[in-house]
Amino acid sequence: MFRRLHDAPQRVVHVTIDGCDAIARAGESVAALLLVDGVRATRVSAVSGAPRAPYCMMGVCFECLVTIDGVGNRQGCLVQVADGMRIETQRTRREAGK
Amino acid sequence: MPPSHAEYDIAVVGGGLLGSAIAYGLARIGQRVAVLDEGDRATRASRGNFALVWVQSKGLGMPEYAGWTIRSSNAYAAFARELTQETGVDVSFERPGGFHLALSEREMQARELQLRRLHNQPGIIQYETKMVSAAEIRRMLPDIGPDVVGGSYCPLDGHVNSQQLLRAFHIALKQQGAHYRPSHKVDAIEMRDGMFAMTTPKGEVRAGKIVLAAGNANMHLAPMVGLHAPMRPERGQILVTERVQPFLRHPVVTIRQTNEGSVMIGDSKEEGTRDVDMTMGVNAVMADRAARMFPKLGRLNIVRAWTAIRVMTEDGFPVYEQSISFPGEFVACCHSGVTLAANHALTLAPMIANGALDQAMLGAFTARRFHVPQTA
Repeated sequence: MFRRLHDAPQRVVHVTIDGCDAIARAGESVAALLLVDGVRATRVSAVSGAPRAPYCMMGVCFECLVTIDGVGNRQGCLVQVADGMRIETQRTRREAGK
Repeated sequence: MPPSHAEYDIAVVGGGLLGSAIAYGLARIGQRVAVLDEGDRATRASRGNFALVWVQSKGLGMPEYAGWTIRSSNAYAAFARELTQETGVDVSFERPGGFHLALSEREMQARELQLRRLHNQPGIIQYETKMVSAAEIRRMLPDIGPDVVGGSYCPLDGHVNSQQLLRAFHIALKQQGAHYRPSHKVDAIEMRDGMFAMTTPKGEVRAGKIVLAAGNANMHLAPMVGLHAPMRPERGQILVTERVQPFLRHPVVTIRQTNEGSVMIGDSKEEGTRDVDMTMGVNAVMADRAARMFPKLGRLNIVRAWTAIRVMTEDGFPVYEQSISFPGEFVACCHSGVTLAANHALTLAPMIANGALDQAMLGAFTARRFHVPQTA
């Protein structure tokens, strides 16, 4: 559904999404990577359990919360990908202390 | 909507938790009720509160307040069930027992002394509050940090979702035919033709009785009808974390986890100010103390923060009074609109409907206690 624009090719960045290797492009956000990678639900609502996905892409709506390198509830749209980054979608509420 | 000059059995001035609970209690026994509220710019303590239904510590200086508080705490579970059945709104009341935590031996000793003074008062209702060691606390709250030296525990303490409670009251009021009137700030009250006539920006409202439940604004309204409500507003600040898995099974007086997973931190009291700015210094101390009590909190994001003005009488205890010069005119002031909600609906409202406050139960809460001649 989402695809990258045909801009000048960027450096390849290796990350994992839920434990699987994924290839990102330097400069893109975690949320953009998840969308282009076809991840449909990046978290569930902490109240209703309903599936959620990135929405505003500018740090306002907090829909794109994911676990990055073991830290839960980070805003995927405000974090740029980096080599070796571990990205995990959230299937429950964050645990305090993690 | 009927015209604003409609006549009611009772007009309740104030649509917060206190006014709504009283109005709900009146409507459920068949009174024709109007709730006159300010607009959205009002300083609303009911929207800013911490939502504890709290017993421990209450009543030092006025033992009757402990009994009044326990009465509401004991009635709460059935009351919350009734509200939920009527409105479909889950107010998430729980009474798992609550803690007061001490972060130093000095705080521990101060706490112990305070509780001893409280429970040694003649005539105070007996109930269990005990000092507990850090090891005992850790069995019930496994995530406390090493800085917690001990605390006190009371099995009667609990909490509720106060936003849903207020919403439930308003839904129930509508269902029972009470009229909620926003933007009806009462500017003047007069007695005319045996009725109370209230002037508001949206016209006059007339009723056979009035209950002033307007929070700190009671200070200005009460003297219009021969009553006295000395208030001293107090500022409190609250921090709210992101929602996390349940880990705090018991509310602490300054930290609680809501039914939806947020952790609320509210540990401040500032007097002599009415502005609602946040102050970074106070927030930093609150966050630091919370993270010392529960180190897990230190890594969580704060997603909301606010300041609210507590409704507080001069001595901190409630005022319930009927005017002698204007019978039918009642004033109700209290800080604990959440904790006392069950009393206000189930006990106070029927007394108001009957036109007399039970002096055996409420006599201590008269504002005449403030009429002590000032000594030099």
